[in-house]
Amino acid sequence: MTVGLEHYLILSAILFSIGLYGVLAKRNAVIILMCIELMLNAVNITLVAFSRYVVPALLTGQVFAIFVIVVAAAEVAVGLAIILAIYRGLEDIDVTKINLLKW
Amino acid sequence: MGLAISFWILAVVCILAALGVVFLRNVFRAALSLILCFLMVAGLYITLSADFLAAVQILVYVGAISVLIILAIMMTREVQRGSPSNRLQIPAFIIAILFLEVLALALLNTPWQIATTPPLAPTTAALATKLFGEGGFILPVEIAAVLLLSAIIGAIVLAREK
Repeated sequence: MTVGLEHYLILSAILFSIGLYGVLAKRNAVIILMCIELMLNAVNITLVAFSRYVVPALLTGQVFAIFVIVVAAAEVAVGLAIILAIYRGLEDIDVTKINLLKW
Repeated sequence: MGLAISFWILAVVCILAALGVVFLRNVFRAALSLILCFLMVAGLYITLSADFLAAVQILVYVGAISVLIILAIMMTREVQRGSPSNRLQIPAFIIAILFLEVLALALLNTPWQIATTPPLAPTTAALATKLFGEGGFILPVEIAAVLLLSAIIGAIVLAREK
């Protein structure tokens, strides 16, 4: 049984959906950040799979994946810094209780 | 044949690890499960003949991002009472399943134009030409550098003791 483009796309769709569920349903802010990383990884798999199967000689998808990794690294650094700042101020990282901006 | 076997092993372990991130009660175990998922994704890159990207995945995700996440878990240790779900657990589950079905339907019914040429074997030199060469992605590379710098400064400012 040969593995094709669809296998990789379905796999990354499953990973993205798991991450989406985690982002929507979890209360711990660190877990939510981890689920966002999961979703970014799913998108990267899609980009690399398209690059491998549709334009194998151009590598454009891999270049995009590198930029996604850069943005993910920046995002996780700032996100964890925000979580630490919130923890220092509120002594809690439960996102259902962080509602200072709620009117 | 070996590629197919390795794909199935990597895919199954990857999905199980991702489910572990969401469903494990202990936050630290969820982080370890996420690291396993990152490693499996690096393996998937190798099956897609993206060797440089697999190395970057291991260096950046397994090496750096997982350390940051574990550090954040350690710093917020006193408040963690497992990883509870909020009130929207069932609607979130339904939304995720619906989203997965729509995605699967769309991408299984699309006639992708699969190229028959074999992929480039070592991608590092070709990627470097693509990123830094003539007509390449040099402007996004510079912007990425500025983004990383501002992210570092922003993280330091946010996390610093007042």
